[in-house]
Amino acid sequence: MGPKTPRPRGSRFHLGRGESRRTVTRVNTKLESPPKPQAATRDAYGEALLELGGRNTEVVVLDADLSGSTRTKAFSKAYPERFFNMGVAEANMAGTSAGLAASGKIVFISSFAMFAAGKAWEQVRQTICVPRMNVKICATHAGLTVGEDGKSHQMLEDLALMRVLPNMTVVVPADSTETRRVIEAAESHDGPMYIRLSRAKTPIIFDDSYAYQVGKGNILRDGNDLAIVACGVEVAAALEAAEILANEGVQARVINMATIKPIDSELIEAAARECGAILTAEEHQTTGGLGGAVAECVAKTYPVPIEMVGVQDSFGESGTSGELLQRYGLDASSLAERSRTLLRRCQDNQENA
Amino acid sequence: MALTAEQEKAIAEGARQVRIDVVNMVHAAACGHPGGPIGMADFMATLWLGHINISPDNLHDPKRDRFVLGNGHTCAGYYSLLAQKGLIPREELISFRKLGSRLQGHPHRSAEMGIDMSTGSLGTGLSAAQGMALAAKINGWDETRVYATSSDGESQEGQIWEAATSAAHYGLGNLTVLVDFNNIQIDGHMRDVMDVRDLRVKYEAFGWHALDVDGHDINAIDAALCEARSISDRPSALICHTKIGKGVSFMEDQAGWHGVAPDDEQARAALAELGA
Repeated sequence: MGPKTPRPRGSRFHLGRGESRRTVTRVNTKLESPPKPQAATRDAYGEALLELGGRNTEVVVLDADLSGSTRTKAFSKAYPERFFNMGVAEANMAGTSAGLAASGKIVFISSFAMFAAGKAWEQVRQTICVPRMNVKICATHAGLTVGEDGKSHQMLEDLALMRVLPNMTVVVPADSTETRRVIEAAESHDGPMYIRLSRAKTPIIFDDSYAYQVGKGNILRDGNDLAIVACGVEVAAALEAAEILANEGVQARVINMATIKPIDSELIEAAARECGAILTAEEHQTTGGLGGAVAECVAKTYPVPIEMVGVQDSFGESGTSGELLQRYGLDASSLAERSRTLLRRCQDNQENA
Repeated sequence: MALTAEQEKAIAEGARQVRIDVVNMVHAAACGHPGGPIGMADFMATLWLGHINISPDNLHDPKRDRFVLGNGHTCAGYYSLLAQKGLIPREELISFRKLGSRLQGHPHRSAEMGIDMSTGSLGTGLSAAQGMALAAKINGWDETRVYATSSDGESQEGQIWEAATSAAHYGLGNLTVLVDFNNIQIDGHMRDVMDVRDLRVKYEAFGWHALDVDGHDINAIDAALCEARSISDRPSALICHTKIGKGVSFMEDQAGWHGVAPDDEQARAALAELGA
């Protein structure tokens, strides 16, 4: 954008409605200062699982022939009596995990998201969710950032598939720190959980003081011109986009919405009221996932214009993770551009009112 | 050890009660699956009244046996046996399939009733049973046995063979599956719809201890269950050859009785034949 970039019309629109710009915002999280080191959430999962296995002997882990990639291998070496490789048979893995949980075990099962959520969906529904079994599905290699493996392995529909299931809790950690906290929370959370993890290394956003609570989002950056609600790898992109927008005079509130279900409707409603526009960002189809969950919440509480960043009703393709995020409009500059579009819509709405 | 005449009589009486209860329950619900559970009555009664260690006294003992009804649609007979074991009140049977009933159209896991797993979608039960068998092994519960049922039609599901592969791989000698082989599935005779062929040979090839049993011969079933108990290094599959609707002449070997309730007159005739 050149120097002609219009002054944030969204904020004028917003102020025009007489809302206080000083409405409560809670920047409740201390961020790492740049330059940001990177780590893959699957690596943090493997480490957290190993640690958990050491302090809780009821923890049992199953994998479907991908223990090296999903990082359950460290657990399998340390606690072989509590690790079962189920081979390339995800439906059976899901069903077996429910039986273990029925006998009191805390069961973590892992595969690629495509197979854990896709192939085993019916077993997850019938044998894990219906009887509300204490099984944690830790699905790695989710989304476009799988990269070169291409569309057969790029799971972009899992949040929709899992979010619709009764009794299921759905979490997408934004970085390795949050992943560790989510795994710790999973130990004490009684019931099914779907935890979505990535293959690619992504920026570390949180420092060690970060506390995760199931069902609670958190504000990472204050702002009242629009809210960017993101999950997973898109949280880093959202923070970067907010920086770009700030240089243009637009103050974006950035919300990390790690728990997709149950969604933090209080935080979303406050964002709608105080910012007047919401951009969602996720490495998933724009239907059925975070965008869908936020839209449902906003429609029921305080309707405001929404734009959804994500994959738009298409499958992925081969490429590096960085290339793919750019090509499918999930990088920071795309988020900034979509934010401008959103603010223009708000302006148009106001003029047409 | 062979059954005494008295034990055999008690099991036979229990099986007759299962058949009577199934007719009454499905008739009262005006829907459900009578043929399967009536055909399974003899081996289910032998298992539940002669072998399985689940009762009101040990319901919450984690080391008790486990049971998963893989072919969940046959649950009317399962509920009858839960009542016979004192795990549910007999009066409750008639609530089967009705709004608000604990006795759902397909089993729903319930700690209070001793129903260890929700089933109903074919193929899912054996994996869950395997998980319970693994848990018993991890915990060193050597006396705990896990029983599951399955069927010839259910053996068309791929998940059964995923579970068969892994249960053998992990040497789950504490797991026994009783496969109801009645050669009937919803759309007709199994051999016409989709022939699963020789399940004993298949299970053996997957690494199981497997044998064919006359599913209406209480002594033979008892002996097969005793044998399965003695085999500790691999799971056991008892292929129980039965006749759907056995004991109610007009239901026997009729695919039409898989999932249709008897009307008033048919129920009366069935009960008369069963000596109710």
